[in-house]
Amino acid sequence: MSWLWRFLGRVWAFVRRRPFDAELDAELAAHLEMAIEDNLAHGLPAAEARRLALVSIGGMEQARYRHREARGFMNIDILMQDLKFTVRTLWRDPSFTTVAVLILALAIGANIAVFSVVNMLLLRPLPFSNAQQLVWIAPPPTKCGLSCATYSTDAYDQFRVMSRSYQDVTGYFAFSSADNLSLSLGGPPITATSIDVIQNFFQVLGVRAQMGRVFTPEDARNGAAPVVLLTHAWWKRQFNGDPNIVGKAFDMNGQQTTVIGVLPASFDFGAVFAPGTKVDAITPLNLYGPPRDWGNIITFIGRLKPGVALAQAREEGARIAPHLCWNFKYPQTCGDYKNAVVPVPLKDYISGKLQRSLVVLWAAVGAILLIACVNLSNLLLARASARSKEFAMRGALGASRGRIVRQLLTESLVLSSAGAVFGLMLAAVLVSWLAHQGAIALPLLSTLHIDAAALGWTVLIAVFAAVVFGLVPGLRIASGNLQESLKDAGPGASASRKHERIRSILVVSEVALACMLLVGAGLLLRSFINVLNVDLGFQPDRAAAIKVKYDDSVPGDKNGDLSAAKRGVIFQQILARVGSLPGVEGAGMVDYLPLGQNRAWGTPVPKGRNRNDFKDLAGPLVYVISPGYIRAMGTRLRGRDFTWDDGPKSEQVVLINESMARFFWPNEDAVGKILGNGVDDKNNLRVAGVVEDVHEENVDGEAGWQIYYSMTQATPSGAELVIRTGLPPGSLATSVLTTLRELNPQQPTAEFKPIRLLVNHAVSGRQFFMLLVVSFATLGLLLAALGIYGVISYSVTRQTQEIGIRMALGASAGIVRRQVLAGTLRLAIIGVVLGAAASIAGARLIASLLFETSPWDAMTYISMAIALLAVAGISGYIPAFRASHINPTVALRAN
Amino acid sequence: MSPEKLDLLQGTLDLMVLQTLTVMGSLHGYGIARRIEQVSGNEVLLNQGTIYASLVRLEQREWIASRWGTSDNNRKAKFYSITAAGRRQLTADARYWERLKDVMQRVMTMDKSAEGGADA
Repeated sequence: MSWLWRFLGRVWAFVRRRPFDAELDAELAAHLEMAIEDNLAHGLPAAEARRLALVSIGGMEQARYRHREARGFMNIDILMQDLKFTVRTLWRDPSFTTVAVLILALAIGANIAVFSVVNMLLLRPLPFSNAQQLVWIAPPPTKCGLSCATYSTDAYDQFRVMSRSYQDVTGYFAFSSADNLSLSLGGPPITATSIDVIQNFFQVLGVRAQMGRVFTPEDARNGAAPVVLLTHAWWKRQFNGDPNIVGKAFDMNGQQTTVIGVLPASFDFGAVFAPGTKVDAITPLNLYGPPRDWGNIITFIGRLKPGVALAQAREEGARIAPHLCWNFKYPQTCGDYKNAVVPVPLKDYISGKLQRSLVVLWAAVGAILLIACVNLSNLLLARASARSKEFAMRGALGASRGRIVRQLLTESLVLSSAGAVFGLMLAAVLVSWLAHQGAIALPLLSTLHIDAAALGWTVLIAVFAAVVFGLVPGLRIASGNLQESLKDAGPGASASRKHERIRSILVVSEVALACMLLVGAGLLLRSFINVLNVDLGFQPDRAAAIKVKYDDSVPGDKNGDLSAAKRGVIFQQILARVGSLPGVEGAGMVDYLPLGQNRAWGTPVPKGRNRNDFKDLAGPLVYVISPGYIRAMGTRLRGRDFTWDDGPKSEQVVLINESMARFFWPNEDAVGKILGNGVDDKNNLRVAGVVEDVHEENVDGEAGWQIYYSMTQATPSGAELVIRTGLPPGSLATSVLTTLRELNPQQPTAEFKPIRLLVNHAVSGRQFFMLLVVSFATLGLLLAALGIYGVISYSVTRQTQEIGIRMALGASAGIVRRQVLAGTLRLAIIGVVLGAAASIAGARLIASLLFETSPWDAMTYISMAIALLAVAGISGYIPAFRASHINPTVALRAN
Repeated sequence: MSPEKLDLLQGTLDLMVLQTLTVMGSLHGYGIARRIEQVSGNEVLLNQGTIYASLVRLEQREWIASRWGTSDNNRKAKFYSITAAGRRQLTADARYWERLKDVMQRVMTMDKSAEGGADA
């Protein structure tokens, strides 16, 4: 308690230091008077009385200093003095201050921005309550896409009952596509994206409605009145944030649907579960309605009971899995999920894959910070030698070494704080821009912001930077020999030569760091170019897609044949009309576009073979298409395309991709062969054609198997109209939509998406990291160039006299220039060699992020080394040019 | 200021001030300094100015209290007096010094004969 009291006393004394000082002065004055009086009383003459009194006090100023020290916070007093002094000196040298603060702002800003991204993806918990309890339950990854990553409704019911590790398990319908909701407010229908979730979805995630309520079990029963939850963003955008929206009903997909609530802004389905997409509305999934028999459609999300470890849940999952049934109607499907129930922390599922990229990114900005520090060190060193006499003088007047180092560190801290403030502003701009880049497929991106942790990080790196760049020059100066510095009038003195060596080391390390950054960026860039050059199996340019609404329902249709026939008529008409539009070169329909959603229907095998021979094959992804689609996508085809004659009654035909054809018929042409179900003679499919492999899930992975069915023989889950054109795709948007409207007034205003956008979206995560690393490398190169320029031009200035003498003795301008350049390049080459060696050693870190690029790719290394040396040459050439234009007479007269 | 004067050990000045105030009652800074010089027979090297650092430290610890008053020859001065806490502190410190003095005494007067009784 007493220490606290004393501390407060000290604070008080510090705050009220002026009255304290005044009081002390009064006391000292009284003291002096009394001493003089006493001395006078002893019979001394007036002058001597005063002198002796002063001697016995022992220095007024010293008494004041001691007094301040005793009453507390002397350090703050010193700090204030140092700060005042620093601000004054920095103010007097605005060009130095500006450059230093700018360098620091760039480096610190980049660090804060990257930290925010890292924080968002790795450090911060997911935006759900007790998010660490949430797990994503899925089979290990396979090639058959979403259908092998999801579960059936029967499996869901079973799992929910049998598992003991979870408070509850929920999930959502994984196959809803974008723009699947059409809202009619009177005019033309408005499209939006909705997603079906199991009714307990929000309870499990711990999300409450901002207005109204979330779903209850009643909302998902058979015959329940249709209800919808609006996301915050859609409520604001489409309904102008109507405060009385809850309870209102709207025509959605032809049904009067009641809005029961609005979700909070912090809940962003797309950001968490489908990066790069937006979801506008959430609807309840009726598990006991039609989806019952749709097969694997649900993703599982569980909330572990408190105290249940992940290992326990995994063990339980492995134990339950063999008992789960795909469909109770087919007992032989019980056991299909063996080894396919594996819970992983939801956070790992969402951002685990990005960990390596983030580490690389972090390392890159760390290197930037180091380069900036080296630059600052250099600048401060140059400044320090200019000020060495000032410091020597202060030392001679009694300032201790510690006091001088302290003054210099204060200066560094002021600089880095200013840099941090500007850096923070820079980062804030960058971060808010990034948070609004909805097209980047990076999870949680919309939640990106600068939070308290980022502020703490800012303080940390600012202090770190200040110590790193302030310490070397500080110690350098403080250790200097006073006499030497006071005498050191010009060139050739030994202390300055030592400075020069330090500066050379700094430049070399700077170049080495920049080299590592450049190599990393070069490798990522090359990988990205390789990704862009991947043969996707379709031509993304000059093609676009639009979602088409159609009604193929036929009352009393027993086996779907009538619907199929009706669909054929509708699609044929649409394709004929759209195909005749000017500029349209080809048109076709598909239900799922590549690089988007997908599904599998099991594996057909060559007729006559037993399906048990192919037990562990991943089923091919299924696409239901119309005639003309393959051509419209620009996919190569062997054999024939579907025709409108391939109807419900004619022979069932399919197209399969090369990989699948090669697997089943390694040495024969698959065209004309027949696929069967591997059990009996039913469900035979004739292979009408073989198409090239399409990258259906991602650009930088391997293509799996694909099988195409005709829209008139199988049921599509929607229709995307794909158009190939010679014109820019955007120019056709209006005419296509108008045509679709003429054919079907119910056609909503759907987005006309260039196929190129799908590819861009698929590579946007890679592009994001590549761009960041490349811009950091550019920044690093710039800083390194600045550093080289600074050091060389400083040394030229210092050697003016020497150069003057040499020129007077007959050295030509060319020789002088060459010598300066050679010195520059020597430093740069040492730096490049060290940097390249470090890159070669550290390349493993980046290897997993590369695509068809060796981490030791010679071309990248060589081109980056050349680029770096060229930049070094240019930065050295300016001072070299200046050196060669030194006028010997002027230079010699200068001293 | 002859070099033979004693340098004050850390903390001893505080104790001297407390003792002086206990004996003399209320006193100003100059008076305290003079009193210590007189009592020590001018043996200690005391820069009178340093007494104020000691006074402010003691006051912050509430071992002494101060108020402005008038001196004998009608001069305004700040008068210090010891508090109850200060008296307690003085007792404790005095006991400490007593022990330290004894120990120093023994150490400084030790001779060869004490060697055998090292375990005593």
